[in-house]
Amino acid sequence: MNSFFERRYVILGIFIVIILMLIGRLFYIQIVDDKYLAFAQNNVIRRFIKYPDRGAILDRHGKILVQNEHVYDILVIPKQVHEFDTLEFCRLLQIDKKGFDQRLQKAKIYSNFRPSIFEKQLSARLYNSFQEHLFEFPGFFVQPRSVRTYPDSVAAQFLGYISEVNDKIIEKSNGYYHPGDYIGFSGAEKAYESVLRGQRGVENLLVDSRNVPKGKYLNGRYDTAAVAGERLISSLDLRIQKLGEKLMQNKVGSIVAIEPSTGEILAFVSSPTYDPNELVGRERGNNISAMYKNPYNPLFIRPIQAYYPPGSSFKPLAALIALQEGIITPQTTFFCAGGYQAGSHWVGCTHHHGVTNLSYGIEGSCNTYFCNVFNKVISQPGYPNITASYLNWKNKVNKFGFGIKLDVDLPNEKRGFVPAPAWYNNRYGKNHWRANTIISLAIGQGELLATPLQMANIECTIANRGFYYRPHLIKSIGDKDVIKPEFKEKINVGIDSNYYEPVINGMQAVVERGTAAASRIPGIVMCGKTGTAQNPHGENHSVFVAFAPRDNPKIAIAVVVENAGQGASWAAPIASFIIEKYLKDTISRRPSGINPKKYMEANLLPPLPGSKPKPSYKYLPKDSLKKNQADSNKRNIKSDSGKKTIPKLALNIVNSKRKEDE
Amino acid sequence: MNNQRSFFYNVDWFTVVLYLILCIIGWFNIHSAIYDEDHPSIIDLSTNYGKQFLYIVSGVVLATVILLMESRFFSALAPAVYVMVVILLVLVLVIGRNVGGNQAWIPLGGGFRLQPSEFAKFATCLMLARYLSGTNIKVTDTKSFFIAAAIIAFPMVLIILQPDAGSTLVFCSLIFVLYREGISPLFLVITGLIITLFILTLLVNQFYLVAVLVVIAGALIYFFRRNQALIVTVSVGFVICVAMIFSVSFLYHHVLKQHQTVRIDEWLGITTDPRGIGYNVNQSKIAIGSGKLWGKGYLKGTQTKFSFVPEQSTDFIFCTIGEEWGFAGTLSVLIIYLILLFRIVFIAERQRSNFSRIYGYGVASVIFFHVFINVGMTIGLVPVIGIPLPLISYGGSSLWSFTILIFILLKLDSNRMGLV
Repeated sequence: MNSFFERRYVILGIFIVIILMLIGRLFYIQIVDDKYLAFAQNNVIRRFIKYPDRGAILDRHGKILVQNEHVYDILVIPKQVHEFDTLEFCRLLQIDKKGFDQRLQKAKIYSNFRPSIFEKQLSARLYNSFQEHLFEFPGFFVQPRSVRTYPDSVAAQFLGYISEVNDKIIEKSNGYYHPGDYIGFSGAEKAYESVLRGQRGVENLLVDSRNVPKGKYLNGRYDTAAVAGERLISSLDLRIQKLGEKLMQNKVGSIVAIEPSTGEILAFVSSPTYDPNELVGRERGNNISAMYKNPYNPLFIRPIQAYYPPGSSFKPLAALIALQEGIITPQTTFFCAGGYQAGSHWVGCTHHHGVTNLSYGIEGSCNTYFCNVFNKVISQPGYPNITASYLNWKNKVNKFGFGIKLDVDLPNEKRGFVPAPAWYNNRYGKNHWRANTIISLAIGQGELLATPLQMANIECTIANRGFYYRPHLIKSIGDKDVIKPEFKEKINVGIDSNYYEPVINGMQAVVERGTAAASRIPGIVMCGKTGTAQNPHGENHSVFVAFAPRDNPKIAIAVVVENAGQGASWAAPIASFIIEKYLKDTISRRPSGINPKKYMEANLLPPLPGSKPKPSYKYLPKDSLKKNQADSNKRNIKSDSGKKTIPKLALNIVNSKRKEDE
Repeated sequence: MNNQRSFFYNVDWFTVVLYLILCIIGWFNIHSAIYDEDHPSIIDLSTNYGKQFLYIVSGVVLATVILLMESRFFSALAPAVYVMVVILLVLVLVIGRNVGGNQAWIPLGGGFRLQPSEFAKFATCLMLARYLSGTNIKVTDTKSFFIAAAIIAFPMVLIILQPDAGSTLVFCSLIFVLYREGISPLFLVITGLIITLFILTLLVNQFYLVAVLVVIAGALIYFFRRNQALIVTVSVGFVICVAMIFSVSFLYHHVLKQHQTVRIDEWLGITTDPRGIGYNVNQSKIAIGSGKLWGKGYLKGTQTKFSFVPEQSTDFIFCTIGEEWGFAGTLSVLIIYLILLFRIVFIAERQRSNFSRIYGYGVASVIFFHVFINVGMTIGLVPVIGIPLPLISYGGSSLWSFTILIFILLKLDSNRMGLV
């Protein structure tokens, strides 16, 4: 009856073979192959980045310039949304039904299970009223977020702004930044990005197959906390910064004020300016594109990027170099008959100053005096050729931080322009030029171009009688008040300190009885120098540089008001108000009768391009409206300006630099 | 007293212990697979693991009832049970509830429902045993063979109409029973050959395949050139094989459903779509593979707990075992099944009655097929065919069906000395 008894071994054999096959395969995928473990971890572990609060920036007295404000994003998980009172919801959020449907649809398209942003950046006020009703709206929840806020709306160009990272930045950062991150894009936000941003934390969460977080991986063993960014104390003085911005409203120009004893920048005004709050929040996109289109270019950081010929404000520096060279003494005199004959060209002077010594030359801004001085410096014996003697002069000018970068702690600083000898060799032929060929340098014209920061820094050096500290905007970093070492280094400009007094005498006289007499501040000895930067395209630029008080100076300043005419008429009064406000915290009645109100109200904005026929040459746009002032170096010595190669080259420098920086 | 003792006297406790071990392994792994933090208790009846506990308890009751029944009863009632199951299978096509594309369930009220195809398994085994154990019935006879085949095929046809391909295929495993009872080994060889050819046809160009067959047939004919009969056999076999190669394509595209062909394509690596059709198997392999040697620990499997693996408490329960208990766990479970299969074959062979022996082989075949297909599917060895892992997968019908299947055999075995 069991005739096929032995067949059970076949059957059992098949069972064993098949089960062994299963075991073999299991052995392979469970023991031999490691990839499945990695896959499983990729499946469930998600790294979530915790964003720290960005550091705040304060003024020198602890007043807040920029800090964080908490706004609230409303998020929605469409799958969890049940019926609720949409009308009430819309009323609370101040949106309409159509907008509600669109937003919900958008969220659904993104994912039914994962949260997506329903409404961005609710203010705290709107959030409070909404939050009380939140429980009535299943599927919606709130996520706080911090944005930058500027309580006094000042110092926009100094502070800069933050912006979402672009692909280029992400690529360059070696994986530090991810899409959607914010980064300082200009100003201090950019320069101090690495300290402001703080340290990001990481949270490893377990997620399910729908990417919904389900808890911490290994109870947070590998998680790190976010560390808030450092706070920065800037050197700005909010009082004079505000006053400066007010005085400069409806004008194009800059104010830079520096504390000579430290190099700390007290005021950093770039006009026209903008409210930094406009670059935050829902309207950011519209506002920023409007700014880019604005012909007055509020995003241009004039104190460190705009070029102006220093004009007569350069004369004290010219005198100091001549004194150090031993070419003149304070007692050396030249006779001014109303001008200087430079070869076949005539450099006019405003007055017939007669016999003029150093102090009087500065007081009266005597072109004749300084042309003679410059001629003697460049033509002095001991140098094989003009190249060598000019190079000597140029290096001395560079020592003052003029024509080189001052390395201020803001990105995209410009170096100004003091031509190298090669530049003239190239233009006139090797050594085929003389002091008289480039005589306009003597009076701060010609090819010379300086930023307002450089002008202010020269005043610092004079105020200190021979040295300066690198101008900087951030006094200290973090709770421990760390000061960058490079800002504590005294930089000597190579002029003996005893040469300064005669120059300062002249500068004091400028304010006491000279060109800036109307800006004299009662009770404060201010030393200054007016300048009128020649501008062939319109009104001249009004320039004034100064420091005060004469002994133990507390503040050095440079003011440039574009298209405003004489230095004495606009720049000097504005500088005097700021100095007085800084030193006395009040502005007194002036004997001359000038008061800040008139200056605040004046509108000196140049007419917009297009309101009159454009110049035929394209590369010479108008002043700093179009990001450069290179054209202003066409000066009064017409026969000297040759074939227009100067502005073109200077302009190229400006343009190419700008492109690099962007 | 003596009478009462005899009910459990001869019960094969070894098998009972294996049965209980598998049930408890299943219960704990279901608990882990669908663990709900709000209902952590393994006997919380609002959860499926709580329900599985109920099913196990009722399974034990059911087993006791079977053991208390009269042995002769099963042989006598086999045709009635078979007819009843067939009626249920027809009924389910009419009033059944459609779950997951299969009209396989008859709602019983109270959230419980019955899956007649599960019960068709033991009913068919009983009927087959009853028929083949009849006097003068030899499966080697053509007529008997066809009647036996019809007994197997009838429920298959009804189940494929649901359509539940997985459960249908289970009945193919009964070929082991027929083999043990004496059909030609050629049936096993041919079955193996058909499957191999089917797979090869899908993988290899048909003309290459025919060319290879020509070479093999030529060699065989040359080898058997003295034996006329063998030459004819080889020639006929060759013609059938070639015919089959060319019909596979037709079969594949016109008889099989699309959801079946894509699974086969994915299995054979003809297409790769780990996010779509291959998602289940891919995630299942990740779950099992990530368990390594000792597993991640009870309730600590991330693949199953965070629902990356679908059907994690039913068809893919083996993933949870692999992930949380590692190779140690999967090896143990497979060894337990192998021991169970050996024990069943051992029990079957010690029967004096043909009915009991044939039925025993039916039980072994069905359990073997389930284990092979289910485990093979979770590790990508066989295409995805949705059938449960015996005694471990969640579900009352499946658990009861295997309980009945096993305990009828144990009852028959306990009475092996008596006549049926």
